[in-house]
Amino acid sequence: MIELRNVHKSFGRVEVLKGISAAVEKSEVVCIIGPSGSGKSTILRCINGLESYDAGDILVEGARVESKASSIVAVRTRVSMVFQRFNLFPHRTAIENVIEGPIYVKNEPRAEALERGRVLLARVGLAEKADAYPAQLSGGQQQRVAIARALAMQPKAILFDEPTSALDPELVGDVLSVMRKLADDGMTMVVVTHEMGFARDVADRVLFIDGGVIVEQGAAKAVLNQPQHPRTQDFLRRVLHPL
Amino acid sequence: MEKFLRDATEFFPILLQGVGLTILVTLGSLILSTILGIVWALMRVSGIRALSGVSAGLINLIRGIPIIVLLFYLYFVMPDFGVTLTALQAAILGLGIAYSAYQAENFRAGIEAIDKGQIEAAQTIGMGWWLTMRRVVLPQAVRIVLPPYGNIMIMLLKDSSQASTITVAELALQGKLIASSTFKNTSVFTLVALMYLTMSIPLILLVRHLEKRAERK
Repeated sequence: MIELRNVHKSFGRVEVLKGISAAVEKSEVVCIIGPSGSGKSTILRCINGLESYDAGDILVEGARVESKASSIVAVRTRVSMVFQRFNLFPHRTAIENVIEGPIYVKNEPRAEALERGRVLLARVGLAEKADAYPAQLSGGQQQRVAIARALAMQPKAILFDEPTSALDPELVGDVLSVMRKLADDGMTMVVVTHEMGFARDVADRVLFIDGGVIVEQGAAKAVLNQPQHPRTQDFLRRVLHPL
Repeated sequence: MEKFLRDATEFFPILLQGVGLTILVTLGSLILSTILGIVWALMRVSGIRALSGVSAGLINLIRGIPIIVLLFYLYFVMPDFGVTLTALQAAILGLGIAYSAYQAENFRAGIEAIDKGQIEAAQTIGMGWWLTMRRVVLPQAVRIVLPPYGNIMIMLLKDSSQASTITVAELALQGKLIASSTFKNTSVFTLVALMYLTMSIPLILLVRHLEKRAERK
């Protein structure tokens, strides 16, 4: 459902993606791992057109992603995104954040959107926080509201850009368990993460990216337990045994 | 002091007529400059090079011309081109245009202070440029923009006295007329100053209130 063919992308003179080709099937969970600055986030941002790319093709359900074209809105309603820093709208309550897209982008009737929004908040375990403002919520709660906001658009896939990297360690689990539930329900997910445990247990496949290229990819357990490429081995050793 | 009070009771009603015009000029040009300022600011941040270029050029042009010259131009020069404005119209238009440049820069600063992540979040739920502005950026920018907006209101109130140069009989001009006919300069101009101060006190309090509210958020 998401396909990248030989995607190149440069920021000024620095080439951050040097020919990325990958495909994500329906209901598949793909984790992208790799050192910082390797281009992981850029891949996600290119998929839903937050960044343009210079060469190659990105297809979402067969339609080419073009960040400057008006067709990008259709792509974004099909592929939602969850950010590292949540990016909730601070001037709106949790439930208002969730129903914003359905009401103003999809023109759903308010009552219907509200009802669905409450169900979604309950699904991420925050039914009682519907009327709280983002500033009144912990980081983990904010990220779960952000996930509900993404789900409210009824997307075909969700992109997660380091969803737990800005959280205190004890809050990471709540967010990951919501994501695991989503995966169990068959949501198509592309997750940039440093949570190797999550990648091993939940992901179907793992891509290891370094220096703008896919160095190694395969079944999650295979890549994480028996990495073949020396750079993957080195990266995993540093992440799993930092001392 | 007694003499001042006697003069004050005599001149106050005449000056009060000027106050009416001062408020009219201030309010009229405040509304005009706010609308124009929003338009310039939105053009500036539109991401469309032609629009932002025109806006930047306009703002610099307006900022570079003294208000008094702008007023003279509208009132004395425009008739040569077949556009005749009343003094009041020229005053509101001139001050409105002059202040739209400051308003625009203030609004732009407010819009640009909004975290880029907010705009990206709006985009990822499918919002276009205008919807993102209306639902996400502007409501947050208002909080940032309000305290300086209050200051602009106070400056505008005081600069409305420049309308006197094109014969609008607002407070400053009324004062000048009374003073030159009675020679009671001290009483008259003290009274005029006190009246401007009285009008700006509610605005000063409003600014303070807005600043406190912005701090709390």
